[in-house]
Amino acid sequence: MKKFAVLFVLALCIVSCAVAEKISVYNWGDYIDPETIKMFEAETGIEVEYMVYETNEDMYAKIANGKSSYDVIFPSDYMVERMIHEKLVQEINWENIPNIVNIDSRFMNESYDPESRYSVPYTWGTMGILYNTGMVKEVPHSWDTMMDDTYNMDMLMLNSPRDTIGIALVMCGYDLNSTDDEALEAAKQLLIKQKPMVLAYVVDEVKDKMIGGEASVAMVWSGDATFCMDESDELDYVVPEEGSNIFFDAICIPSNAKNVAGAEKFIDFLCRGDIAAMNYNYVGYAIPNTAAIEIIGADEYNASPVNNPPQEVLDKCQVFKYLGEDTKKYDQVWTEIISEY
Amino acid sequence: MKKLRKVYIGLIMAFLYAPIVLLILYSFNDSKSRANWGGFTLRWYKELFSDAQIISALGTTLSIGFLAAVISTILGTFGAIALYQMKRGPRQVMLSVVNLPMLNSEVVTGVSLMLLFAIAQIQMGYVTLLLAHISFCVPYVVLSVMPKLRQLEPNLAEAAQDLGATPRQGFFKVILPDIMPGVFSGFLMALTMSIDDFVVSFFTTGSGVSNLSITIYTMAKRGISPKINALSSLIFAAVFILLVGLNLRDLKKTGGSKNIEKVKIPY
Amino acid sequence: MKRKGLMVLPFALWAIIFILVPLGLIAWYGITVEEPVAYTEITLEDGTPAFRLEDGTVQTQEPWQKKAVISFQNFKRMVEPTYLRLLIRSLKIALLTTLICLILGYPVALILTGKDFKHPTLWLMLIILPMWMNFLLRTYSWMSILENSGILNSWITALRNAVPAIDQWFTARGVGNKIIFLYNENAVILGMVYNYLSFMIMPIYTVIEKIDKSLLEAAADLGASPSKSFIRVTLPYSLPGVLEGITMVFVPAVTTFVISQLMGGGKVPLIGDIIQNQFGKSSDWHFGSSLSLLVMVVVLAFMGGLQQIDKDEEPQKEVRIF
Repeated sequence: MKKFAVLFVLALCIVSCAVAEKISVYNWGDYIDPETIKMFEAETGIEVEYMVYETNEDMYAKIANGKSSYDVIFPSDYMVERMIHEKLVQEINWENIPNIVNIDSRFMNESYDPESRYSVPYTWGTMGILYNTGMVKEVPHSWDTMMDDTYNMDMLMLNSPRDTIGIALVMCGYDLNSTDDEALEAAKQLLIKQKPMVLAYVVDEVKDKMIGGEASVAMVWSGDATFCMDESDELDYVVPEEGSNIFFDAICIPSNAKNVAGAEKFIDFLCRGDIAAMNYNYVGYAIPNTAAIEIIGADEYNASPVNNPPQEVLDKCQVFKYLGEDTKKYDQVWTEIISEY
Repeated sequence: MKKLRKVYIGLIMAFLYAPIVLLILYSFNDSKSRANWGGFTLRWYKELFSDAQIISALGTTLSIGFLAAVISTILGTFGAIALYQMKRGPRQVMLSVVNLPMLNSEVVTGVSLMLLFAIAQIQMGYVTLLLAHISFCVPYVVLSVMPKLRQLEPNLAEAAQDLGATPRQGFFKVILPDIMPGVFSGFLMALTMSIDDFVVSFFTTGSGVSNLSITIYTMAKRGISPKINALSSLIFAAVFILLVGLNLRDLKKTGGSKNIEKVKIPY
Repeated sequence: MKRKGLMVLPFALWAIIFILVPLGLIAWYGITVEEPVAYTEITLEDGTPAFRLEDGTVQTQEPWQKKAVISFQNFKRMVEPTYLRLLIRSLKIALLTTLICLILGYPVALILTGKDFKHPTLWLMLIILPMWMNFLLRTYSWMSILENSGILNSWITALRNAVPAIDQWFTARGVGNKIIFLYNENAVILGMVYNYLSFMIMPIYTVIEKIDKSLLEAAADLGASPSKSFIRVTLPYSLPGVLEGITMVFVPAVTTFVISQLMGGGKVPLIGDIIQNQFGKSSDWHFGSSLSLLVMVVVLAFMGGLQQIDKDEEPQKEVRIF
């Protein structure tokens, strides 16, 4: 019994080591420079428990159904809207986020949070095709590339329900936010038809795989494209002509957060110019933070067509909307798509 | 014929060890890509140790492992004794209930516990992870203690009490020492099951709590990293030393007897 | 012992809370679906529009709440061709894995227990050793070998560059620069065989080890050839081990979602993947639970079938050599 008692005490010690103030942060994979977390911990003494998710839907499942408690999350536009609607996020006390002045006002009061009560803009970007210039014959200006059997077993698709179905809708000539049964059926059939040509369905691995030359073309978010293009000269990014998705990722505090004060400190920290600049350099997504763009250098920042897409590209891009009860249709369609082979 | 057998065993060993050997080899490769060899380095080991996420996940795995093993050993041992004292009918019923989690697939166990915690409004995190681990470890402890109980002299406890021992003394001085090997192997089994578990943990954790399996899963889903190679090498080395050490001691004692019971491999 | 009740009670309580109730919950979720709650639109005294839910609560926000309603809709959905095909494929892959493990593993157990094999425990330990490593790491090791830009492909490329004849051989067979090893059924089966092979070897070894050696000697003395005594003695006696091995391989293989995701790149969905997806991306706990129930039934039926074999074969254990 003594042995057990010793083990027990030992184990308890390991558990109780973490008595310091902490916040738990739930973020997308590779969506923050780990160095900034260390800086935050050093500056405030607050320990950061950091976990990552793959897609908005994974995060939603953990928080809405899974009864997980996090202090800071990073949902995208339509998910912010959904979480506001379902009372899963709380209003932010702007007095505690003085660095909000760094955020360009044109990114505030977006339709997903009309009065900017719940969310702080973090990054934004587009959806497009990342291609390997050494492996493709011509620039893939159209989404049809993803149905082209030249790239049989040579293309990567996103394992993300809303994005993938949304783009398939666009490919079929429907609206990005369509909830029409006919449209969804067409999108579903398209994706099922495409399946044999796809090398793999990925989210964060897309970067590793594209840099490593695993595939010629991939459906990616612009920030991941920037990241890959920095690593490899052979890669380039294009937003197809048919139109695409433009997204805004925000920072929110869930309703059941345990350490709201800590979360506010962390959010304020992320809005600081130098920190946002560091994250920009690491993550690669376009940022709404004017102070950070100043630090990076506006010329350098704007030189990238990925960060600063021309107006004609932006005109073709739409935001994902929260679809209410129709979200369920997407869930079902997605299950049917992944079940086919 | 004899040679053929050796060749066959050799081939199986090659199949089992080739990936591990390659991983270990490439954990010293000074190049991020697997494709070319960039010279010898310890860089990935350094990066591994400075990765706070992995270190904290290791801490979680070990603390959950020990706590779950200790608690499920206590619960399982008392449970086995209780079962042993029951009448045949109820015992059969209880036994089949206890065996259920072992018959079920891990996915079902994981999902069912997740539903339980969600319905009970318990926040997913360290506590739920621990409870889940305890609950899938207990049946293994019961399973390894029961046979030892059956070997007990049936009237031992009563004899001890006749001789003036309190029930507590009777338990600690008489019964427990006799069933200790079963209790210990149950403990070991629970520890291994807990440390190796992924599926049940995946469904029952949350709020920033992550064990090694979950961390590796997230890392592997984000691409191949030499850091994971380094981690694999270290874990393999640890396991190798542990298992060889544990068994060499026994091999010496028994003079290399063939008895399987002597090999400490919970499976 | 008077304290019998005291000991039984906490244990029984534990078994009920952590085994029976969770399974009951799966059943409950399986036979229900989620529906939006009914509500009526009302106007509050100060004129703001509001909603009164069916349970009487009033809120100004448009209702988002859901309630569970008993329905067998999900069972209907489960037997749609999409999911039935998926189930059949999961079973096929799991059976194939089990068969390969048996074919590879049985000889290992047999050789190790052979009378002239030295240090069998040592070898057995070495065979089990990789299993002690985290199973994700084991799967991961194959990923880094088999990737398009992985170790194996880089070796093949190096070989082709070095030896023109080999390059010609490959080119003549229409093999491009990279051979795609991952992202298909075979890769998933390989991953499973690698992970579960030891589960097959261990129980068979244990059982063969326990066979009374004098039986085999007697058989030999009576003039049975080694192959005959194998068929008449070793094989029937090892059957319980084989059956246990089959169970230990089949059950995890039919429900895994990790191996199929990592080795199959999301292109080889198994029933486990879809279950996991229902509790993740697709957020449909009810359908996920229905599928879990299906898996439970399939596994239990499979094991019931195996036990039947065990019973049928029992009489054979009275070994007759001639």
